[in-house]
Amino acid sequence: MTDTSMQTPETGRQAVSLTAYDARTRKRAKAEKRFRAYGIVAIATGLFFLIVLFASILSEGIPAFTRTVVSVDFTLTQQEQEEAESTLFKTKAYSDLFIAALNKELDESGLQVDFDEAAIERLLGKVGGTIRTFYADNPDKLGEPIEFDLAASSRVDGYFKGRVSRDTIQDSRFLQKSDLDLVDALKEAGIIKQVFNWPFITGADSGVDNPGGAGIGASVVGSFFMMLVVLALSLPIGVAASIYLEEFAPQNKFTDLIEVNISNLAAVPSIVFGILGLAVFIQFMHLPQSAPLVGGLVLTLMTLPTIIISTRASLKAVPPSIRDAALGVGASKMQAVFHHVLPLAAPGILTGTIIGLAQALGETAPLLLIGMVGFVARGYPDGFLAGFTEPNSAMPAQIYTWAARADVGFYEKAWGGIIILLIFLLTMNIIAIILRRRFERRW
Amino acid sequence: MPILWLFLIVVAIALVGYVLGRSRALQSAGGDSRNLHSLPAFYGANVALKVIVPAFGLLVIWLLVQPIYVNSQVSGMIPDTAIKEGSSRGLVLAEVRRTATGLDNAVAQGALTEDVARNARADFTDMTQRLKDAGQVVTSNITQTVLRGAQSYRIMNSSGYRIMSIAVILVALAGAAISLVQTNADYRARNVVEQGIRVLLLAAASIAILTTIGIVLSLVFNTWEFFRLYPASDFFFGTTWAPSFSGRGGASDLGILPLLWGTLYISVVALLVAVPIGLFAAIYLSEYASPAVRAFAKPLLEVLAGIPTIVYGLFALLTVGPLLLGVFGDGGLGWMKAGTAVMTAGLVMGIMLIPFVSSLSDDIINAVPQAMRDGSYGLGATQSETIRQVVLPAALPGIVGAILLAASRAIGETMIVVLGAGAAARLSLNPFEAMTTVTAKIVSQLTGDADFASPEALVAFALGMTLFVVTLGLNVFALYIVRKYREQYE
Amino acid sequence: MNDMSRVERQVDTNEIKLECRDCQVFYGDTHAIKDVNVDIEDKTVTAFIGPSGCGKSTFLRCLNRMNDTIDVARVQGSFKLDGEDIYDKRVDPVQLRAKVGMVFQKPNPFPKSIYDNVAYGPRIHGLAKNKAELDEIVEKSLRRGAIWEEVKDRLDAPGTGLSGGQQQRLCIARAVATEPEVLLMDEPCSALDPIATAQVEELIDELRAQYSVVIVTHSMQQAARVSQKTAFFHLGNLVEFGETGQIFTNPVDPRTESYITGRIG
Repeated sequence: MTDTSMQTPETGRQAVSLTAYDARTRKRAKAEKRFRAYGIVAIATGLFFLIVLFASILSEGIPAFTRTVVSVDFTLTQQEQEEAESTLFKTKAYSDLFIAALNKELDESGLQVDFDEAAIERLLGKVGGTIRTFYADNPDKLGEPIEFDLAASSRVDGYFKGRVSRDTIQDSRFLQKSDLDLVDALKEAGIIKQVFNWPFITGADSGVDNPGGAGIGASVVGSFFMMLVVLALSLPIGVAASIYLEEFAPQNKFTDLIEVNISNLAAVPSIVFGILGLAVFIQFMHLPQSAPLVGGLVLTLMTLPTIIISTRASLKAVPPSIRDAALGVGASKMQAVFHHVLPLAAPGILTGTIIGLAQALGETAPLLLIGMVGFVARGYPDGFLAGFTEPNSAMPAQIYTWAARADVGFYEKAWGGIIILLIFLLTMNIIAIILRRRFERRW
Repeated sequence: MPILWLFLIVVAIALVGYVLGRSRALQSAGGDSRNLHSLPAFYGANVALKVIVPAFGLLVIWLLVQPIYVNSQVSGMIPDTAIKEGSSRGLVLAEVRRTATGLDNAVAQGALTEDVARNARADFTDMTQRLKDAGQVVTSNITQTVLRGAQSYRIMNSSGYRIMSIAVILVALAGAAISLVQTNADYRARNVVEQGIRVLLLAAASIAILTTIGIVLSLVFNTWEFFRLYPASDFFFGTTWAPSFSGRGGASDLGILPLLWGTLYISVVALLVAVPIGLFAAIYLSEYASPAVRAFAKPLLEVLAGIPTIVYGLFALLTVGPLLLGVFGDGGLGWMKAGTAVMTAGLVMGIMLIPFVSSLSDDIINAVPQAMRDGSYGLGATQSETIRQVVLPAALPGIVGAILLAASRAIGETMIVVLGAGAAARLSLNPFEAMTTVTAKIVSQLTGDADFASPEALVAFALGMTLFVVTLGLNVFALYIVRKYREQYE
Repeated sequence: MNDMSRVERQVDTNEIKLECRDCQVFYGDTHAIKDVNVDIEDKTVTAFIGPSGCGKSTFLRCLNRMNDTIDVARVQGSFKLDGEDIYDKRVDPVQLRAKVGMVFQKPNPFPKSIYDNVAYGPRIHGLAKNKAELDEIVEKSLRRGAIWEEVKDRLDAPGTGLSGGQQQRLCIARAVATEPEVLLMDEPCSALDPIATAQVEELIDELRAQYSVVIVTHSMQQAARVSQKTAFFHLGNLVEFGETGQIFTNPVDPRTESYITGRIG
């Protein structure tokens, strides 16, 4: 240490005032500001994407919740029905009666538009058939004034929501430019209007050429049955596996193997789970295709790692002193875990499970492989048990099917479906947050 | 649902066993539970466990083994001569199973009686017609071999299930009887029950291993099957992807390279979006942001991670695609022909990955000890110098791990590319062209009506195998790096 | 216990380097430092002693504004380095810390090579015009840190691979490489074994020739061995400040006496 010579430093800085900034300091301060700005820009970009995403979901999806109907006051007497039934073209007779009623309402509003039966058919579909079926089913309504709400075609619906305009429309057998005059007149008379679209929420998937009739109800039911399976299987299995790994597992190769498997399964692409489901559950075990039961099994396997990881975290958060206290009064290890540790960890486990379920609820790809595509969801299952085994779809798969269809009318349904899906996810996450806030315990 | 009934019967036996076991134990202790070795409930649980575990174990094993056994039996019945040129045993077996299902459904509808369905002398042309009349989907004409196979398949299955039900109930009863005989005041019921529960817990934990085995086996078997129909070298080195849907085999070009290229290209675009944004967001949140900003921005960014991928897919298809087309399409720069493109999918996938990169990096940056930062500040470094020259180098391995995990996510992502990237497989450098990925093709090959035994469907398993191996490799490597990194500071 | 024979005390009055008046520090609602007045002299080793939690480290971190990095900490009072208020709004803490270097309790080498560890400060402050000058600074600093002989053949090896004592000397070399005027040391020997401690103490004594050194220590013997001035802190108050010899042999305040005789602390 002799070489720590005492010469004064010749290189380096001179004694300068602290408040005098040299060029280098200024440059460094600028670099500092720039770096900070990058961070702010990054966060702002992320949040911007989030806003754009939600803005497009809301702006595109909300129209799905309204539909356009033509409501006409209509009275059919017994005599008129008998006359119509006696003609050769029965539905045409009903249709003529309807057009007469419509004309009358337009006249009352002081509007004069020319239209023919074909135009009515383009706007409202086969009206005659609808009316005939209604009176055949409800003969007691004969003679009473009835307000008919008839769904307008998807083009007319699009015209109302701004999807179709006079400039973009091309004459076709679906809609002609001249029809829009009639629509405008009906609108002025208050005959055609927008109402809340209950059929979208309660209905099932429609054919590829009928976007107006498509509803998400059946696939919500499919998702519900799948979630029942996932909950019934993944919660007990996940908790049991976590308890084993956290409390009982010896330090050995087998435990390591389980741990490695869990952490890897958590990162396996979901589509691979779909392949597993297809090969094992459908090809090998011959479980029914497109069944929510199989979907639930696949999603269970996919969700298990998530649930195990969060459950283990909540078990780990229970301090060892609790276990020691239980063991100290002579409880067995098993009793200590089930009587003390598990109840204390329960809120955390529940939170993790709900988040795992929410993740499973939004999963699409594996469902497509096991046949739970949207067009399968043509109706509600008959009964509780059938809900598990009858072919059905799930919300995200239904949305995918709509998005993949050629008719742009389905896009609105897809966005609307996303709003419903997100409402479910939001609810689940809020429940999870409330649970965490309410029961979270800091040791 | 006979299996549901079987399940309920076993549960009922277990419940009765519980009550009997409990009361028998109390009885042997003269009604005073203090004379028992364990709490009375343990004696009941002992009986219930010994009913349920072996019975359900047998049920599960039986359900797994029976299809294998029946298939091999039926397969043995098919003479080699019955397998047509260009077909395979697997295809014939699939036909047998379809016919059997058709028969089942027809019987269930009442279109056929059980006797007719089983009639060993039934004529196959007649049967085909009857099945078609009953609305059952039957491919070509059923041959005599197939019909016989289907009939014995049904018979074996139904008798198999009958024997299974009997066996399961017998095992349940035997379990109840044995454990009830064992029950007396000195029986160490608690130890036995706890040992049993421990084994059950272990079994639950082992499901992770079973899942992996299931994935590997289902991929390996079908991939093997595929490589018997289609040369492996053409698959791995082929540069065209053009599956034919009409003909079977031969006509299809199933080269994986264009798909791998699309996957890689889209993932790279996604990472180019996600890594800078995610990393800078993480740096800002962990080093600069006030607690209030952090509490506000971090959860909001993480909302992006909680949104289902189908939403991103739709966002790509209907919002981002048309937007990009407006700028780069014919109306603008003219580089882009359709809304679906590498850029569309990559950009949206990047948005999805932002919170993934940011929250992982945030954890990793927070794990860098404060002492490092203090050391740097103590020398007069600015915050950004400290971050760039001390914190980031220290966190680098962990961040690399996080990026690799994000890359593995990007490679395995399905819905965004199915909806946003297009369907055409090409080897092109233009990011505004439509390309497709491994995952998108798995979906399209397995959701059509293609026969599972055809190379066009089986190729999906080979694709899945490739995907699994690549993502697994990335994950294992990334987790290894992250773990190494964590150990460094613990 | 007062082993003072080893250090010969030359108590010449040096000019005051750092003048602290009415200093207060708050951690959230806690009043951690109360009304502290201290003058740190140039070319002198000043020791802060006191029981743990007495605020000596907190006070030390005020001297180069390291407390700025802690959100809840609030500092009041006047701290003047060569007559300039270091808490003035116009002062860049970065420039201040270049003048007032710091060595920490636990050796904290960066996960870089030994060379890069030492070169870090000169690089960020732009002290070297070229590689040769930088090499020179690194060598000189490592020599001053009394570690040159041990590491000169492996300057590219990671600094984290050294032993604890070596790491701490590397950190001291790293701190002197930026040519500070004041060197703050926060219990620099608490993580070291006796031999390494002796080496570091010897080093401190040598550094006194050029720097004003402030050392926080919980070891009274260490304070007695290395310092010329000693300040005794207790519960956030500066109880007594004076010549080391006087504090240890003839303390004015009864609390100081209790502490150095081992009755409190």
